[in-house]
Amino acid sequence: MEVAESKSKKAGGRLCSTCNQRKAALKRPKTLEQICRECFYEVFEEEIHQVIVGNQLFKAGERIAIGASGGKDSTVLAFVLSELNRRHNYGLDLFLLSIDEGISGYRDDSLQTVKRNEIQYGLPLKIVSYKDLYGWTMDEIVKVIGLKNNCTFCGVFRRQALDRGASLLKVDKIATGHNADDIAETVLLNILRGDIARLSRCTLITTGEDGPIPRCKPFKYTYEKEIRLDYFSTECIYSPNAYRGFAREFIKDLERLRPRAILDIIKSGENFRISTSTKMPEQGTCERCGYISSQKWCKACVLLEGLNRGLPKMGIVRSRGQNNERTKDMKQNKGTKNIESKQCGTLDF
Amino acid sequence: MACNSATGCQSGCYKNEFEQDLKPATETISNSNEQNLCVKCKANEPTAGAGEDGKHCLDCFRSNLFGKFRLAVASNALITPADNVLVAFSGGPCSRVALQFVHELQQRAQKNFDASKDRSLPVFGVGVVFVDETAYYPVPSSEIDNAIQEIKLIVSNLSPPTKELHVIPIESIFCSNQCDRRERFKKLVDSVSDATGKEDLLLQLRMLSLQKFASENGFNRLLLGLCTSRIACHVITATVKGQGYSLPADIQYADARWEIPVVLPLRDCLAQELNMLCQLDCLKTVELLNQTHSGINGLVSSFVKILQEENPSRESTIMRTAGKLTPFHFNKIPELNDSSVPLASQRRQKRFNLKPNESISSESFCSLCYSPLNQSDLTSLSSHDNCKNSDIFVAACCSSCRFQIFPNDPSSMEKFYSLLPEPLVARAKHVRNGDSSLLREQIQDFLLSDSEDDA
Repeated sequence: MEVAESKSKKAGGRLCSTCNQRKAALKRPKTLEQICRECFYEVFEEEIHQVIVGNQLFKAGERIAIGASGGKDSTVLAFVLSELNRRHNYGLDLFLLSIDEGISGYRDDSLQTVKRNEIQYGLPLKIVSYKDLYGWTMDEIVKVIGLKNNCTFCGVFRRQALDRGASLLKVDKIATGHNADDIAETVLLNILRGDIARLSRCTLITTGEDGPIPRCKPFKYTYEKEIRLDYFSTECIYSPNAYRGFAREFIKDLERLRPRAILDIIKSGENFRISTSTKMPEQGTCERCGYISSQKWCKACVLLEGLNRGLPKMGIVRSRGQNNERTKDMKQNKGTKNIESKQCGTLDF
Repeated sequence: MACNSATGCQSGCYKNEFEQDLKPATETISNSNEQNLCVKCKANEPTAGAGEDGKHCLDCFRSNLFGKFRLAVASNALITPADNVLVAFSGGPCSRVALQFVHELQQRAQKNFDASKDRSLPVFGVGVVFVDETAYYPVPSSEIDNAIQEIKLIVSNLSPPTKELHVIPIESIFCSNQCDRRERFKKLVDSVSDATGKEDLLLQLRMLSLQKFASENGFNRLLLGLCTSRIACHVITATVKGQGYSLPADIQYADARWEIPVVLPLRDCLAQELNMLCQLDCLKTVELLNQTHSGINGLVSSFVKILQEENPSRESTIMRTAGKLTPFHFNKIPELNDSSVPLASQRRQKRFNLKPNESISSESFCSLCYSPLNQSDLTSLSSHDNCKNSDIFVAACCSSCRFQIFPNDPSSMEKFYSLLPEPLVARAKHVRNGDSSLLREQIQDFLLSDSEDDA
């Protein structure tokens, strides 16, 4: 070891700080240590394994649906879960669950990726489409409502679609690719918006345990940069390339100053003491479709009703005056709850 | 994941989200505005800059702010007749307004006292302190002298009742003699490599000097001009540094974990309002040090500034959210049951529904920054006898201080420990001794006994 170290010091070349044998290929975003590819994959996968085991995310024999969008996070998730399942004998029955929003170009490409994943990792794939579930594709929705609130629609629909697809597959749990950056961003956004109820839930690694199908986030402590390291992604065509949410921008700046800040935000979120009286709203079921909902109608049904009636703002903007009970409920809520803070849905845990 | 894409999704969604609650509700303009009158009193002309959208007159604007101050003081028993209040004056607009409002409150109390027959309620005392931090920030001595002269003038104009001004050098936290105190101070702060850690350490040392002075000079309240805007920044910086557990301790009206309880009567006022009041009322401010924040504190303060510009209620929302976190048992002024305290004061305190104590759990506090410690912050301690004092000190620190302030290697750590001011070390020992049984209980699981080595 010592010889190798002094050798590297003399030569000026850098050796991996973990194995001290191979040449360091990159600097680990989380810790800034110099590391070779092999050691990086190893520590990356081992940390996730520890999170899974330490938080008891899965039980042997469970059927797990991996929310597979074709994006980097879910591709890596699919790979890592199937790999760890094999390596450590989790005994899980893994599936890929993909949602077809009906966005031509984008979705076609990412569905290709998911189909490739199906073959690469040998995981059965189920595709659930907005068209089948709701009678509308995102392309059709955008034609009606334009580019202003389409993310709200997409997010609400996707959340339900995942649940519905999962119950069709008779799955015990859903695993999503939400990473540390996502969760840190959500903590910040909930503070900025005053959403104390969401703030108390958003750092939980498993949610919805009292609902139809629980969801967990194995990547809760995994940095987005590390997931990206050598994977490529496809981007939604409705999102211009350069723009990032301002909160995400802030997190990136923060990460540059102090990489551990992302985990520190999550730690703060976990340690916030919020009195139980301010927590979850009562959960009932939607009168129209039976999905769980805290209001008379679930959000998806409200949005759909608006679309079908040619009132695309319904469920998006608080309406005053002439109203039925649905929108009255919204009016009574504080602004944040009203807009449902969907943030493309995927960030709403 | 964020919308299945590597980059965040736009199509207006985040922006839209905020644009929704961005536009402050534009109330229909009332008649009074058409006639160009203050929307509150409908008597005077509105003054530009006063109140929301400049639709208030100066009097209403001022009384609104003073009203917030008075309400905070009254409902939280921040200042009661028998108190001797030390106002920390930095020279900036927030502490200038704090000083002004305390003076007006004191004046009223004096008037009432003079007018009352039985003189049952004494007038609370007020002292003013300015901390001279030039031991760390070099400033030409002529500038310092000018600044101090201006401050003296400000304070002398705030009478009757007269208030004494004290100028204390920040290096007074060291008990040693005059000569090497400044050097020691500089050495201590310079040994912190992290820019954010350095700034935070300076803040802690400032508080330490204020506490020391207040305690040694018979004050029983320390009043700071912390406003909503600064608190909002603190909420974000604390979150970002992993201090989510201790955050609520710092942002309430009262903080009695310190020897001299700290009160924040301007908690509900925005920096922008306080700034405006200083301008409109020609309240003189003194800016001696050009303190721009760097590191994380700087990043957060720019971030919050941008958010506030986009939505003027953002700072309040942030503070309100954090206000919903459970405060600690020390976040209220201890009740007065002392028979020496006038009954009227006791009654007044009880009148405002001060919540009864939660189960008074004794918290353990970080040796350095005095923030309440979470279970997970306590690291393992070897139970061997030759545990150095510096090790014990560090072990009872929060993870944020351990990361951003303390040096990494053991020898630098010892050196750093030796540079710490005596009162800080004494306080840590005192806390430890007081809580040692509780602390031991908490860390019991982590202690290694000699017998385990054999297994």
